[in-house]
Amino acid sequence: MPKGKLTFDYEKCKGCGICVAFCPVKIMYSDKATLNKSGYNIIRYDEDKCIGCATCAMMCPDSVITVEVIK
Amino acid sequence: MELEMKYQKTKGLTDNPLSYCPGCTHGIIHKLVAESLEELGVLDHTVGIASVGCSVFSYQFFNADMEQAAHGRACAVATGVKRIHPDNVVFTYQGDGDLASIGIAETIHAANRGENITVIFVNNAIYGMTGGQMAPTSLIGQKTTTSQSGRNVLQHGNPIKISEMFQHIDGVAYLERVSVFNPKQVRNAKKAIKKAFQYQIEKKGFTMVEILSTCPVNWGKTPVDALKWVEESMVPVFPLQLFKDSGVSHE
Amino acid sequence: MAKVLMKGNEAIALAAVKGGCDAFFGYPITPQNEVPEYLSKYMNEHGKVFVQAESEVAAINMVYGAAGAGARVLTSSSSPGIALKQEGITYIAGAQLPCVICSVMRGGPGLGSIQPSQGDYNQATRGGGNGDYHVICFAPETIQETIDTMKEAFDIADYYRNPVMILVDGLIGQMMESVDFDRPVKHRFLPPKDWAATGTKNHPGKRNVINSLYLEPKELEAHNNMLAKKYALVTQNETRYEMINMEDPDYVIVAYGTMSRVARSTIEILKEKKLNVGIIRPISLWPFPKIAFDEIGKNCKGLLVTEMSMGQMIQDVQISNRGRLPIAFYGRSGGIVPEPEELAEAVMNFEKWRVE
Repeated sequence: MPKGKLTFDYEKCKGCGICVAFCPVKIMYSDKATLNKSGYNIIRYDEDKCIGCATCAMMCPDSVITVEVIK
Repeated sequence: MELEMKYQKTKGLTDNPLSYCPGCTHGIIHKLVAESLEELGVLDHTVGIASVGCSVFSYQFFNADMEQAAHGRACAVATGVKRIHPDNVVFTYQGDGDLASIGIAETIHAANRGENITVIFVNNAIYGMTGGQMAPTSLIGQKTTTSQSGRNVLQHGNPIKISEMFQHIDGVAYLERVSVFNPKQVRNAKKAIKKAFQYQIEKKGFTMVEILSTCPVNWGKTPVDALKWVEESMVPVFPLQLFKDSGVSHE
Repeated sequence: MAKVLMKGNEAIALAAVKGGCDAFFGYPITPQNEVPEYLSKYMNEHGKVFVQAESEVAAINMVYGAAGAGARVLTSSSSPGIALKQEGITYIAGAQLPCVICSVMRGGPGLGSIQPSQGDYNQATRGGGNGDYHVICFAPETIQETIDTMKEAFDIADYYRNPVMILVDGLIGQMMESVDFDRPVKHRFLPPKDWAATGTKNHPGKRNVINSLYLEPKELEAHNNMLAKKYALVTQNETRYEMINMEDPDYVIVAYGTMSRVARSTIEILKEKKLNVGIIRPISLWPFPKIAFDEIGKNCKGLLVTEMSMGQMIQDVQISNRGRLPIAFYGRSGGIVPEPEELAEAVMNFEKWRVE
């Protein structure tokens, strides 16, 4: 059972990859097939393995990621 | 399945998308400033001073009343605002070109007068907005559009150490140099920024946080490599440390 | 307050306070030092703001900050100091902030001298900053008129949300005259400063931003068009001049400030020589009183422009004259104040001083 649930404001993502690099459990990846309106590849994550640590959200320069912890 | 909010966008930022390049840590620093103001409950009586540089549009991003200052004059503008509204929280958000080059006199004298303001000094060792020119904080050997074979001491002098200089100014109540190149640093930077605002609220005097930041595009690095460069190349020149925490009441 | 004998610069300071000045930001520079000196004491004693800045550049930006936060703000300086403030002034005009700037002119160019001069006419009326902006500029000739203008200047600045300049010279700043601080000021309706950056709690639901940056060309053009309307309104409402002995003059002297005082003595000298000479005295230098030049009698043989400069206001006179009358210029620079007799000589030898 995943501990965290991520929500992305995809249109604000600039595909910088910082979240991908700093996720401690390495579950985030750039979706090469999907672009947002600005032409950046959006980020997806393995929804089963998220530990809800919010490192990705903290490191994101554009406040794209909202993190909820599953009780 | 019951969900509890752990991390969400701060109300200290407006909904305007940030104008910064992908991976630029201006964005992280904006969040830390905005979160601090929100958590301290002072947003509704804060006046921020936007400087000129990449963060020139910060008046669109911080969810507070703002004034746009001329290049280098943010600390003078902040002085004017704070003297008129001493109970408002007043901060400037300045890059290294704005603060360490054209605006150094205004910044030094605001500090020396002990102006009860908070200065957020974003040091990314380059002029970003104008396309990558050498800044007073550019490192020796750093290639920029105005030091194309690398900064050299003979022609360009050494990187200027703002925090080292300011620690000797009596009016300074709190001064720390931090960075945001990894989660641990981001947490530490948040603490420093929040403390600086806290000291201002307690009228302790001039507070400043220097934050080593990235410029992926003008450094010619990926956002993640740029973070590494801060750690490996900038920190040795600009050590992360607490320079001054007087904690002494200003009254 | 009954009549008091007072030095120009100190009168400027006290008049500002009478005009509701909340804050002063300045820097030492001769010949205006008594303004900050007087206010450094007065403002502290009355719980108002006084800061001696590290430079004129810093001072004018403190003015920007305080004005943007809704305060009535004064700064004063002299010629080279006003030159340093030009960037700040265009930002203040661009961001539509009210403030009062007192310039006590001294000899130029460069470090120049500390004696009186009028060599900053272009600086004051054309503006040394970038972009299409104007400073509303008044040039009083007596300390009394300086006081009355200064008191009103804050209302004018607030009404139009624009910098207002009081332009005097070192002579008016340094001399003493008996003055009255209680003359009434014209009442103006001044809306509240709901645009000021004071904190959103003071205007819930909206964020106030003081700014002169408009990267979108259409927006900046619209902004300039709006400013232009404002300046047209200023021209219509605030143009001021005095016509002295202008019934049917043989010649007309065009002079402001100290030089109009000299001209007043000159026309008395010339009266004895059977020469009837009038004076057009611009009081607002911007907006320049063009209309005064449509009211000159047909027997007038020419306009003698006089200024403590190498000739700057003369351009506005030429524009206003539209080629109707011959124009001559008599000026002294470097800090020299022409004597009335000198000026009388110039009028009598009009052709010698003609300017094409």
